[in-house]
Amino acid sequence: MSLLDVENLWVRFPTRQGVFDAVRGVSFTLDRERLGIVGESGSGKSMTGRAILRLIRKPGIVEADHIKLEGQNLLDLTEPQMREVRGQKISMVMQDPKFSLNPVMTVGDQIMEAYLLHNDTSKSQARAKSIAMLEAVSIRDPERVMRAYPHEMSGGMGQRIMIAMMLVPDPQILIADEPTSALDVSVQRQVLDIMDGLVKERGMGLIFISHDLNLVAEFCDRVLIMYAGRIVEVCDADRLHEAQHPYTRGLLNSLPRLDQPRKHLEVLTRDDTWAEAESVRGNA
Amino acid sequence: MIALSIRKLDVWFGSDRDRVDAVKDASFEVADGESFGLVGESGSGKSTILKAITGLAPTWSGEITVEGQPLQGGTRNRAFYKTVQMVFQDPYASLHPRHTVDQVLSETLYLHGLAGIDKRVEALLSDVGLGGRFRFRYPHQLSGGQRQRVAIARALAGEPDILLLDEPTSALDVSVQAEILNLLTDLRDEHNLTYLMVSHDLPVIGHMCDRLAVMKDGEIVEVMAADDLRNNTASHPYSQSLLKASAAG
Repeated sequence: MSLLDVENLWVRFPTRQGVFDAVRGVSFTLDRERLGIVGESGSGKSMTGRAILRLIRKPGIVEADHIKLEGQNLLDLTEPQMREVRGQKISMVMQDPKFSLNPVMTVGDQIMEAYLLHNDTSKSQARAKSIAMLEAVSIRDPERVMRAYPHEMSGGMGQRIMIAMMLVPDPQILIADEPTSALDVSVQRQVLDIMDGLVKERGMGLIFISHDLNLVAEFCDRVLIMYAGRIVEVCDADRLHEAQHPYTRGLLNSLPRLDQPRKHLEVLTRDDTWAEAESVRGNA
Repeated sequence: MIALSIRKLDVWFGSDRDRVDAVKDASFEVADGESFGLVGESGSGKSTILKAITGLAPTWSGEITVEGQPLQGGTRNRAFYKTVQMVFQDPYASLHPRHTVDQVLSETLYLHGLAGIDKRVEALLSDVGLGGRFRFRYPHQLSGGQRQRVAIARALAGEPDILLLDEPTSALDVSVQAEILNLLTDLRDEHNLTYLMVSHDLPVIGHMCDRLAVMKDGEIVEVMAADDLRNNTASHPYSQSLLKASAAG
């Protein structure tokens, strides 16, 4: 049985101009693997991640035949039951640390809060654990960082702080929504190594949402490519560069490359038929 | 001619136990018409150098010279703003949410003391590849790429010689990034601009710049030509590791 099984997922937003379908009939499964979801902004990749955790707020509508976590349909759970799932079973690292950290609490207090919520222990132990976690995500000078407020942190540090908080409850599935797009290559590597370790050591499933094709090709096992709310192509990550779909090809070709200098970069030309084609199934 | 010269620049924030030395003893020169890149990890001080140049980080020492004119502290005169302009990383944050494109550009032109604002707004929009129909839109009615075009138009309003580009495409999709980088390439040719570009993306820097400086912990560890980047002939071990990480990612 798959760790996570999503069947025919739709995310809809009613607007004055009619209903907007952000995600349109997406099906995929996740095992203990690293699954990448790539696409441009607006392709529905983040909405897919949020829908799994039922984080789409009203008036947004989430519909699916099922979203099963180890056989348990998450759509049947009550909101208090769902709160048990979030964090404990499925955790999410959001896109932007600027918006996901509390701006008026010190970093230390926030990590300690996350730890104390899930563990019945003393404050001094929570503090020691928090410092250990900051070190685990390779933050220099964790003592100073504990005293600091989020606005004093760079984006890369903020994101590593977020991941440190995620390490606390030991979840089965980690949904990482552009966790490294604010980071630079060397730090990106560290953050990915941390997440890679989690997948391997704890047997976690990882959904890695990103717009960075090269990163996904290198880091994930399988990749779903989304366009306009649908999956247009599924491929093994190491074969991403052999992808067939013109959209995937267009994205790959628009990247600047060190080995092929040119004056102008290729620009993606879109085709309406991409959006209309049936969603491809992303089963393992 | 030297457009921009930085000598022995130190920039720091805070004091006592919370003092952070963001830039330490940085020196480099950017020739007229050249594109110079700054790369390094977050917190390495690359954006801080841009902030020191523009006066947004007033606590610095050393020498910053723009077209032969030395700068002091955090105050800049009008002539400076007509010479140097900046494009920020996040087009979602750098435009006023309640000002239309027209207001953004008109106000900038007015502040530069330029005449014929109406005509100039039109010209600026067409310069950055936005038609007249975008003129009276609000930022939320624009996509990320269109917003960054407006931010570039705003920077171009005073007809500057030097553009400071702080991660101008890192918030954008790769397809849109290609469009913006192409636009910056064309504008550089048309207006004979000098670029100082900060990015963590080595291929982007390699694509746009002639030379680059690699920064680590506030210090410049190596200045090299973009060709060195392409031929993988970086000499400092840190630059090599950065290149390796980038090639793998």
